[in-house]
Amino acid sequence: MLSFEARAEPSVRMRYLAPLLAVALTLLGGLVIFAALGKNPVEGFRVFFVSPLKDGYGVAELLLKATPLMLIAVGLAVGFRANVWNIGAEGQYIAGAIAASGVALHVDGASSYTLLPAMVVAGAVGGALWAAIVAVLKTHFNANEILVSLMLVYVAQLVVSWIVHGPWRDPEGFNFPQTKMFDEAAILPLLVAGTRLNAALVIAFAALVGGYLFLERSFAGFRMRVAGQAAAAARYAGFSSARTVWTGLLAGGALAGIAGMSEVAGPMGQLTDHVSNNYGFAAIIVAFVGRLNAIGILFASLLMALLYLGGEQAQQYLNLPSSISMVFQGMLLFFLLGADVFVYYRLRIGAGN
Amino acid sequence: MTTKAAAPRLQLRGIRKVYPSVVANDGIDLTVMPGEIHAVLGENGAGKSTLMKIIYGAAHPTEGEIFWEGQPVRILSPTQARALGIGMVFQHFALFETLTVVENVALALAESGKLADLSTRIEEVSRRYGLPVDPRRLVHSLSVGERQRVEITRCLLQAPKLLIMDEPTSVLTPQAVRKLFETLRQLAAEGCSVLYISHKLDEIRDLCHSATVLRAGKVTGQCTPANESPKSMARMMIGKDLTVCQHGAPAGGGEVRLRLSGLSHASDDPFGTDLRDVHLDVHAGEIVGIAGVSGNGQAELLYAISGEEPLAEKFPVQVCGVEAGRFGPAPRRELGMGFVPEERLGRGAVPRFSLAENALLTTHRAGMVKHGFIDFGAMQAFSKRCIERFDVRCGGTQAEARSLSGGNLQKYIVGREVLQNPKLLVAAQPTWGVDVGAAAFIRQSLIDLRNAGTAVLVISEELDELFEICDRIAVIAKGRLSIAKPVAETNVEEIGVWMSGLWPGADVTPEAAHA
Amino acid sequence: MDATSLITSILFATIVAGTPLIITALGELVVERSGVLNLGAEGIMAVGAVAGFAAAHQSGSPWLGALAGMAAGAAMSLLFAVLVLTLTANQVASGLALSIFGVGLSAFVGKPYESVALPAVPVLRIPLLADIPLIGGPLFAQQALVYFSWFLFAAIAWFLYRSRAGLVTRAVGESPSSAHAVGYRVIRIRYAATVFGGAMAGIGGAFLSVFYTPLWVEGMVAGRGWIALALVVFATWRPLRVLIGAYLFGGVMIAQLFVQGSGLQIDVPAQFLSSLPYLATIIVLVAISRNPNKIRLNSPISLGQPYRPDA
Repeated sequence: MLSFEARAEPSVRMRYLAPLLAVALTLLGGLVIFAALGKNPVEGFRVFFVSPLKDGYGVAELLLKATPLMLIAVGLAVGFRANVWNIGAEGQYIAGAIAASGVALHVDGASSYTLLPAMVVAGAVGGALWAAIVAVLKTHFNANEILVSLMLVYVAQLVVSWIVHGPWRDPEGFNFPQTKMFDEAAILPLLVAGTRLNAALVIAFAALVGGYLFLERSFAGFRMRVAGQAAAAARYAGFSSARTVWTGLLAGGALAGIAGMSEVAGPMGQLTDHVSNNYGFAAIIVAFVGRLNAIGILFASLLMALLYLGGEQAQQYLNLPSSISMVFQGMLLFFLLGADVFVYYRLRIGAGN
Repeated sequence: MTTKAAAPRLQLRGIRKVYPSVVANDGIDLTVMPGEIHAVLGENGAGKSTLMKIIYGAAHPTEGEIFWEGQPVRILSPTQARALGIGMVFQHFALFETLTVVENVALALAESGKLADLSTRIEEVSRRYGLPVDPRRLVHSLSVGERQRVEITRCLLQAPKLLIMDEPTSVLTPQAVRKLFETLRQLAAEGCSVLYISHKLDEIRDLCHSATVLRAGKVTGQCTPANESPKSMARMMIGKDLTVCQHGAPAGGGEVRLRLSGLSHASDDPFGTDLRDVHLDVHAGEIVGIAGVSGNGQAELLYAISGEEPLAEKFPVQVCGVEAGRFGPAPRRELGMGFVPEERLGRGAVPRFSLAENALLTTHRAGMVKHGFIDFGAMQAFSKRCIERFDVRCGGTQAEARSLSGGNLQKYIVGREVLQNPKLLVAAQPTWGVDVGAAAFIRQSLIDLRNAGTAVLVISEELDELFEICDRIAVIAKGRLSIAKPVAETNVEEIGVWMSGLWPGADVTPEAAHA
Repeated sequence: MDATSLITSILFATIVAGTPLIITALGELVVERSGVLNLGAEGIMAVGAVAGFAAAHQSGSPWLGALAGMAAGAAMSLLFAVLVLTLTANQVASGLALSIFGVGLSAFVGKPYESVALPAVPVLRIPLLADIPLIGGPLFAQQALVYFSWFLFAAIAWFLYRSRAGLVTRAVGESPSSAHAVGYRVIRIRYAATVFGGAMAGIGGAFLSVFYTPLWVEGMVAGRGWIALALVVFATWRPLRVLIGAYLFGGVMIAQLFVQGSGLQIDVPAQFLSSLPYLATIIVLVAISRNPNKIRLNSPISLGQPYRPDA
């Protein structure tokens, strides 16, 4: 008979061990999956986890993939810590991409120095506005933010589909659903020549630092944390719950929007209806695996980026669909949620108590 | 009553219950004879609740034996306990608010039959024992006293041989307490044993044949309450003499720090109580108490005073002369109000935050936030001062709030408010669930505060406490507030009557006539 | 198309479109009534869809497909139940994990089936009744799972309000601590409810891939799991309202087909019409949530709170 016994104090050891345990279990699960699919597990492991990092270009790709994840996850963490469940980052990402593309396509002759910052701002505003809809509906009508933000994801996907099929479609694009390629000035500068790694990484690091300062050191962050832990205590302290909702949603929306901008002004170079690679949802996993704090999110984004790259490698070399990445990502989150329990509870095996 | 040769109904030998952070019961022996009303006496934290859970099957002892009517038993679940004939009336009733009385009882009884038959049986039993209750009513529409009657009736329908009552009188007026005692005496005369859990010495002397005293998980005494004095029982209970508060003479007559004028407010809880036309003045240098049975609007009144529930108008609540009805808690604190809420964990403090961080909840204006960032040094210093001044036993400023005992956390929260030198302090249930030592400390702190010129408002369900520390006392019933009478000019009996809503000048509606 | 045939077709298609919503939402209703919030409906439906499709394809029987969908849904929700009931993990995070994982798993497993077609499943005509003009077809000439959805509605309504087991379930949802004190095995009851809900969502998913459009495409659930969750809130946790709401949504979902098919010249982009169900969900949520007391009076009080019996 298994039973759980509350610990007198949360176990510090398990707090650090749990994510590692989750990763280990995921890797183990991966070996099992490869074997079950008739692939050599060791080979599968090598292709998935090791080969993406085999050279400098691979590392650059890792950082490139991790960038939007970092950006979005920091914004989400601000909300999640306050019990504001923004699940619609995917839609806010798309909204930011649309806004930034709008600036890129309709402003002629500007230089990078003005255009790129304008695009970043546009991305942030676009994402924030999309999230603001959720905030308004929650604070004024008490509508559940999980469902509303999610519904808006589907709407955003349809909006971008309409835009690239219709008004912004490249007239010389052979009828493909995509816009013109952006001008040189609207593309983020590369950090390392010969790779695709661009300046968005700097913005992502800045966001990490900002997120840490905000959550751990600022009073505004303290208010958010109280709201997330004990809503009645936040009320007792006089912290406005509406402000909590707005902060949580706008932070997530703005950063997701910037991530969207970084994609269209980066590796993509244009707006298409494949602008998102499910980053908005993967970032939710990153936020949790990263324990909703900046340092954890840094490592978790790198790990998730590796899972993305692994999926692409598996598609190329193992003949497996790239959606295997999502399977790994989901497994990681499950194992983490399970392992986290052991921070607060101890397992007792034996007959009754 | 019983012969010496009869087997005890219940016997516990060497019961020990160990939790990860505390030994709740340590070597407890207890014997209850048929037809005996046996008190289990002890202050908060002594281990009474744990012991009852074990008897009732909701917890299992780490060591020890239980004998039922002479036979050894292992009570593994509440269902098994009920099958043996053990019934439990919980302190915080195990009722379902959105269901009717008869549905609630049906859920508790093992058999399934027609609800109509059950209704009849409920009416019979409740009439027989003087506990009138209407089976068709929804539980959420019942008063607290009526809910307790449902709890008791539910147990009685199973013809129990042992009835456990856990702190039953904390929700009753003095008159209702007397009625309850009649019922219990009738049961005992019919052969049912009663285990009566309480910390109220006068009641135990009045009702119980025998008593077992617990302190810190151990049995520290067995006695016949009728032969003891409250003082001797208290000594067994806490190991030393009760400290009496140094009351001092009431200063009174200072400026009005809190004024409630015609405060009326609908509760935002569909099951709550609306406030109706509340008037009250609290002056600097006095302690005003508000007595009342729980569920009569205390929570709503506190929300209105603290600002957690801002009003539509600013006029009805004036803090230090400023019309503050529309303000939230933070602006009211700026005017000089301090507030100790009835729930420690989750409202007065964040359970998983450290004591230092919990200090920041209400003190953030006292120089701990600079340019939007937290001054950790100032936060730690304040917290340390609070721990020292208020004798808070804990693992330091970094200890999590929930690792503290109830009494220590309450001292910290009270200390946090007091150290900000409030002009007005509002305290709700300040010593609920707190051990006797801490309770005395807190009460003395309130008196000292009053002597230093602060206006103090205490809302409490413990009449004894209010009579001990207050200068004036008022009663809240069904959302209305009586006038506040000087404590010296009234007594427990009169206030008890008022608690049923029957003070001079109150509108006597049929519902107000029972509690 | 003349008016009567148009109305009949609209009714028919509305009922069909609402069916997976009814089945999934009714299952989730029972889960939430017991106090558990399972946000994984989307993922469970996806897994149910792919399992159902695979089983139907391999075996040639759509009924085995439905059963496989049910089993897959039950298995997924069992995983969720272990996480949140035994390990007491956060219900919101776990439900999200389930959705993300389920959608990804279904995409992965379903890859080989992407260009496979299943034979269409014929309707089950009820003789005589099906000949009633106008409504005979939509009501009495449907696939068997549609009739199942109506049966499910009746069964759950009876269960919740007329059976003792249903009373106990509602009590558990309102106050697990009181239920435990009175002697009920709260965790066990919640397990049963959760697995039942998952099984229903699995059937709902299988309906989509085996009966509704007999093919498999990645992402074919298209948010219906989320809409079903919104439906439960909209219905304030009552079965009849789930039925009505599901058909309203069904109607909105097929709106675009009928705008195009009716020959009306409306210059609205296809994407706008496709977005109607999602916008409708938002509007409906806003309407029902405006009065917080209504929610508070009707929602299971302990919904989403982890329960730890501390023996």
